[in-house]
Amino acid sequence: MPGKTISEKILSAKSGVDARAGDVVVCRVDGAMGTDGSTPMAIDYFSAMGGTRVHDPGRVVFALDHYAPAPGRATAALHQQMREFAARHHIHLWDVGEGIGHQLIVESGRALPGGLVVGADSHAVTYGALNCFGTGIGSSDLAAIFMGGEIWLRVPESIRVQLTGRLQPSVYPKDVALELARLLGADGATYQTIEFAGPGVGALDLEDRLVLSNLTVEMGAKAGLFRADERTFEYLGGRAREPFEAVAPDTDAHYSREIEISLDELTPLVALPHLVDRVEPIGEACGRPVQMVYLGTCTGGRVRDFHQARDVLKAAGGVAAGVQLVVTPASREVLETITRDGTLVDFIAMGAVIGTPGCGSCCGTCGAIPGDGVNVISTANRNFKGRMGNSEAFIYLASPASCAASAARGTITDAREILS
Amino acid sequence: MKAPAIEGRARVFGDDVNTDYIITSRRKRESLDPRVLRRYLFEELDPGFAATVEPGDLIVAGENFGCGSAMEVAVTAVVGAGIRAVLARGFSRTYYRNAVNNGLLPLICDTRGIREGDRLAIERACVRDLSNGAMWKVEPLPEVMREIIEAGGLVEYFRKNGRFRVWAADERR
Repeated sequence: MPGKTISEKILSAKSGVDARAGDVVVCRVDGAMGTDGSTPMAIDYFSAMGGTRVHDPGRVVFALDHYAPAPGRATAALHQQMREFAARHHIHLWDVGEGIGHQLIVESGRALPGGLVVGADSHAVTYGALNCFGTGIGSSDLAAIFMGGEIWLRVPESIRVQLTGRLQPSVYPKDVALELARLLGADGATYQTIEFAGPGVGALDLEDRLVLSNLTVEMGAKAGLFRADERTFEYLGGRAREPFEAVAPDTDAHYSREIEISLDELTPLVALPHLVDRVEPIGEACGRPVQMVYLGTCTGGRVRDFHQARDVLKAAGGVAAGVQLVVTPASREVLETITRDGTLVDFIAMGAVIGTPGCGSCCGTCGAIPGDGVNVISTANRNFKGRMGNSEAFIYLASPASCAASAARGTITDAREILS
Repeated sequence: MKAPAIEGRARVFGDDVNTDYIITSRRKRESLDPRVLRRYLFEELDPGFAATVEPGDLIVAGENFGCGSAMEVAVTAVVGAGIRAVLARGFSRTYYRNAVNNGLLPLICDTRGIREGDRLAIERACVRDLSNGAMWKVEPLPEVMREIIEAGGLVEYFRKNGRFRVWAADERR
């Protein structure tokens, strides 16, 4: 038998079975997160299943992030339902304004190396940056976890993505993720784990890895896993909620496919409307007018993203007339940090609209909605038609620096034109 | 499969139909009731669909059906319209999972020859196009998933069993 991948090792440990890719196993989860988009339905299913007591409620958390703040009566009622359920069952709830559940799972030290943490939201793959098997589940799965703390999972095959070299100036992890989407396509990793490896990984810090893991689901992946190293342990120092044991793949593990990305050779990229894998060098889109620029989300709403965007905007002299710049921090911790270090004041002085920490405009459920015919360039992870709440808008996806450069010029712009 | 053959009319879509195209996030904001949501099924892709869908219709799609958000209403809205199976060349994993958990049969098969309106029959290991006699093989479902679908979804499964049945270590796909 060949050795095991990270996925095979974690799911074996969590199921108590010597599991291999293709097996279906029942696993005990280390944590589960539900959002206001998915939990109300899970609460209904839990009572339909005959549930009365939540199993191990200390391992369940809720985040009010998709409708933050509630834009109407119906969503306010969903929030009330979640608050009441959380209080009754002693479940920790992050209320409106605390941020995006995925970011909070990471910040609060719940996503730990070697762990299995599921989220009733597709971007739970983000936790893979910390060597934690994070994957998106549905509301009925969440209800089943309320019942017994377990979930059925098919053990995925793994694709190994070998990263070599270092990123050039003005090229960012988002560009690496878009390159991967271009190489694999929107379903190129369906049912599989993307396991990142190679000497290039060491040069990426934890925030960079979160961007890569987050976007793996846009290629259909079940998880996007890194090994743990000094940078992982450094981030978790003072955050980790319990002891953990990192998991590395065996040297003779089997991979369904191997891909190499040379970080040195990458240039800024953009995903064109309305598909995440319609990726081109940013030069192909340069000159197209933009009316809205969105900086935020669980992909591009962290401190480093705002610093990169601010630097470009300051170098360029601010936001162009006719552009609405929307800034939405991924969490209160991010908001506090950029407030303390002056970044937020810079954005405000440049006329930015500041949103409540949370999902904001990303999925069109609250926050600023683009108008008909509007071109948006965004640090988010999805650009489907209608994604931001208007099917007549056109969404481009790029790095924070490319988004900022475009905000500065009022047209899609390569940040290297401004920074060089 | 123990369940009787499913027969119905093909409603054909293309590749990469994401969950927001099946039901938009903003509709979910107003209601989670499948009987309400079914009125807006596929409104971004085919505004006429909801008015013409009939119980028993079968969804036929290309690659990567149900990509994007993991929202389960993208399955319950389909189930709410009386659709019992989706045939596609491939599914996103979260849609596949949510389908199983709600008793909607997700079948992976080569759907390229199926035309809008064709009469289809889903049998044990194949799909027949009754309109032209063509036949496609279907990949069998792993045991666990079949049990959940046969129960009618995870809610019914838990109502019946109270927890997951423990599968033997060697019970492999």
